[in-house]
Amino acid sequence: MSLLEVDALSKHFGGVTAVDGCSLSLRLGSITGLIGPNGSGKTTVFNLITGFIVKDAGDVRFKGQSIAGLGPNRIYGLGIGRTFQLARIFPRLTALENMLVPVRRTGVRALFSRGQWHDEKARAMDMLAAMDIGHVAGLLGGSLSYGQRKLLELAAVMMARPQLVLLDEPAGGVNPALVERIGEHILDLNRQGVTFLLVEHNMPFVMGLCQQIVVLHRGSVLAEGTPADVRQNPAVLEAYLGS
Amino acid sequence: MTLVLEAVVFGILTGGVYALMASGLTLIFGVMRIINVGHGALVILGAYLSFALLRSANIDPFVSLVVTMPAMFLLGVVLQVVFIRPLKEDREALSVLVTYALALGIEGLLGYLFTNNFVQLNAWYETASFAVFGFHIAYVYVFGFGLCLAILAAIFVVLYRTTFGSAVRATMLNRTAAQLVGVNVDRVSAIAFGIGVSTAAAGGVIFGMTNAFNPGSHYDLISRLLTIIVLGGLGSLRGAVIAAVAMLIIEDVTAVVISPVWASFAFFLLLVAVLVVRPQGLYGIRVRERI
Amino acid sequence: MRSTARVRAVKWTALLIAVVIAVLVPVIETDPATVNIAVFTAMYVGLATAWNIMGGYTGYVSLGHAAFFGFGAYAFGLVLAHLGIQAGYEPFLFVPVAGALTVLLAVVIGWIALRTRAATFVIVTIAMMFMIQLLAENLVGLTGGGSGLSFPVPPWSGDFFDTPFYYAMLLMALVSLAISWWIRRSKFGLGLLAIRDDEDKALAVGVPAHAYKMTAFVISAGLVGMIGAVYGYYVTYIYPQYAIDPLVGISLVLMVFLGGLGTLWGPVLGAVILEPAQLWLAYNFGASRLYLVFYAAVFLGVILLLPRGIVPSVGDLLRRVTARGAIGPSDTTSTSSDTHTMAGVQSP
Repeated sequence: MSLLEVDALSKHFGGVTAVDGCSLSLRLGSITGLIGPNGSGKTTVFNLITGFIVKDAGDVRFKGQSIAGLGPNRIYGLGIGRTFQLARIFPRLTALENMLVPVRRTGVRALFSRGQWHDEKARAMDMLAAMDIGHVAGLLGGSLSYGQRKLLELAAVMMARPQLVLLDEPAGGVNPALVERIGEHILDLNRQGVTFLLVEHNMPFVMGLCQQIVVLHRGSVLAEGTPADVRQNPAVLEAYLGS
Repeated sequence: MTLVLEAVVFGILTGGVYALMASGLTLIFGVMRIINVGHGALVILGAYLSFALLRSANIDPFVSLVVTMPAMFLLGVVLQVVFIRPLKEDREALSVLVTYALALGIEGLLGYLFTNNFVQLNAWYETASFAVFGFHIAYVYVFGFGLCLAILAAIFVVLYRTTFGSAVRATMLNRTAAQLVGVNVDRVSAIAFGIGVSTAAAGGVIFGMTNAFNPGSHYDLISRLLTIIVLGGLGSLRGAVIAAVAMLIIEDVTAVVISPVWASFAFFLLLVAVLVVRPQGLYGIRVRERI
Repeated sequence: MRSTARVRAVKWTALLIAVVIAVLVPVIETDPATVNIAVFTAMYVGLATAWNIMGGYTGYVSLGHAAFFGFGAYAFGLVLAHLGIQAGYEPFLFVPVAGALTVLLAVVIGWIALRTRAATFVIVTIAMMFMIQLLAENLVGLTGGGSGLSFPVPPWSGDFFDTPFYYAMLLMALVSLAISWWIRRSKFGLGLLAIRDDEDKALAVGVPAHAYKMTAFVISAGLVGMIGAVYGYYVTYIYPQYAIDPLVGISLVLMVFLGGLGTLWGPVLGAVILEPAQLWLAYNFGASRLYLVFYAAVFLGVILLLPRGIVPSVGDLLRRVTARGAIGPSDTTSTSSDTHTMAGVQSP
């Protein structure tokens, strides 16, 4: 069953075509990697899917419903979360408060029910502990190390139980030990039913983690397949290395 | 019909003055990302400086610019270094408070030195005018407009033809990147502020010749200038000029066609109308964080 | 380490004592001049606290709040005149009506202003304030224009006159504080703080930023409008340039900054310090134009010496003195430096 379908998506910025008829499909429960040389449009595709940029053409369908044109908060409400290339958390809130910001249901009652607040806090502490950052719960986001921020960002996004999570360079900027931990957390969450789409430059990480790889070049899909297929694809090698 | 035409011409001429004042304001915002709500007070200060020179030494207002513009430039640099540069966190919001305080201080000082009576810069040629198409344009307005064009042209030349100008534009586009390529952003900021304030001096002379003013006049002035730069797009010089002229034309035409009372209102109404359609102003960039 | 329960008990007791003292002010102090100062101080406590709900929590600094203040006053005066309410205690019951009308205005202004962000927003609020002022001056049939608008004058004796107004202002201040406190510890308040830190990130985790900002803006405006209504009634006669006075709008912002932007008690502290100082300056130097210069000097001193405000600076100091581990450099107004945040979570 296809959880997310991107259908001939296009986006221009002035004279530059960032995304050019990009089409891909994510199977429910899969971990897919989105790779490609710099400038191939990967982050723009993310921004289009998550509602930060408005498309010029094409469509994005989540669980069969078109989500193109919805704002980022609506899209999160539907169950699509994302992380950012440079880990973004709320610096002036504590780690625990960061965990409590995400909003899935915007009913008025959900805001004020005391019982729900306590449950949320308990869950937040559990999730922080699962990521091994339970000890920083009371510290301000701004005083956390970059690695802790990355983990916090992922944990917070997961608070509202999204079904699909787009990770923008989850292994970027952190030491190898942490990269491994992040990979384990992703696998863990995937086992619990979360579908992932990652943008990554760290090839061993992507090839080892993902079941399916999509290669983007100049805004459109150049190749897709298993890691083994993609690794041997001459067109892909040419795109990365030049002929 | 002649009335409307006259209003349009008048709008263009006065628009030039506002364009000059607004360009200094938008330049300051572009380089330092601060809103100088004291700009109106600085214009009035410039007007009073010329007034003092006129009253004591009988120096023609336009001639006094030779003294007041450099003096105000220095003042601008000093103000920037002493009051603006120390602001580290929450720059945008705090700078508004700081510049407002400076405006109040200037207003108080001017009130103390000159009292709150209305004055005006008078010159021998003030009432002289020439006739065009059946209505009269006072020489003062034409001189003023000419001066504005000259100074605006000078600013454009500096910005686009000199190394310093490139440094300024680089700082406006991306402060960090400019620093990385060796631009001394602190110095650029101070000088840009100085330039902004000296244009206020020039604007003050022309404003003071065509309007009666007192220390409290800066409120009305700054509200208009702020509206103009938002309409034009914060940081855009081209936008400031176009917005200034457009707004003044519309205001003057409204005064003639509807009533003078509602003319000022039309001024702000135009801002609202544009913002509803285009929140970033005419030439502004959509403020969206880098994703 | 002290238990959270005991700390909280101490804080509630201190608060209770403060409220009792505040309530007893007109009883203790019989000089009407002092009560007059108390009226204006309470007024600014309310104004600063209400403004903080928008400016402090969301980070959207409105410099045009004087518009809501003046509009509230005018709306109240017109409602009283229209309904033929007699002077006395009865008018106070209609203050919420002025608040409701101000809320409507805020919806209109918010719809335009909240399309913009940061610096543009600040300027748009200033422009909107001048527009309201122009309307007040020019809709002569409605507002009396430059001649002003009168309110029914209560028949209370000279010495007693200020007292009911003091209690009205005190009540407004307490209501503003209560709302501000309640918002702060709710998920809605957390969303506002998130918007302030990083609005796009907040959107990415589902915070309905536009709705939240609008709500905070409207609540803030409504409270300010009600305070303006009481003010109008107090001074019995209002004029456009004094009811919708940029100085009022800026003063209350300065008070919040002095006390600590975004904290609960910062605005209170700022108002309690600055308003009596402001009145003292006006009384002693108001006649000479130098009053403005002194005021500006105080202003600049506050901003340059204490850019983060008192509450965060003191909070920092305390933390540095009592902390055992390295907590790290904290940023500006942290929510954990405040009294009532997430219960049950201890800092390590």
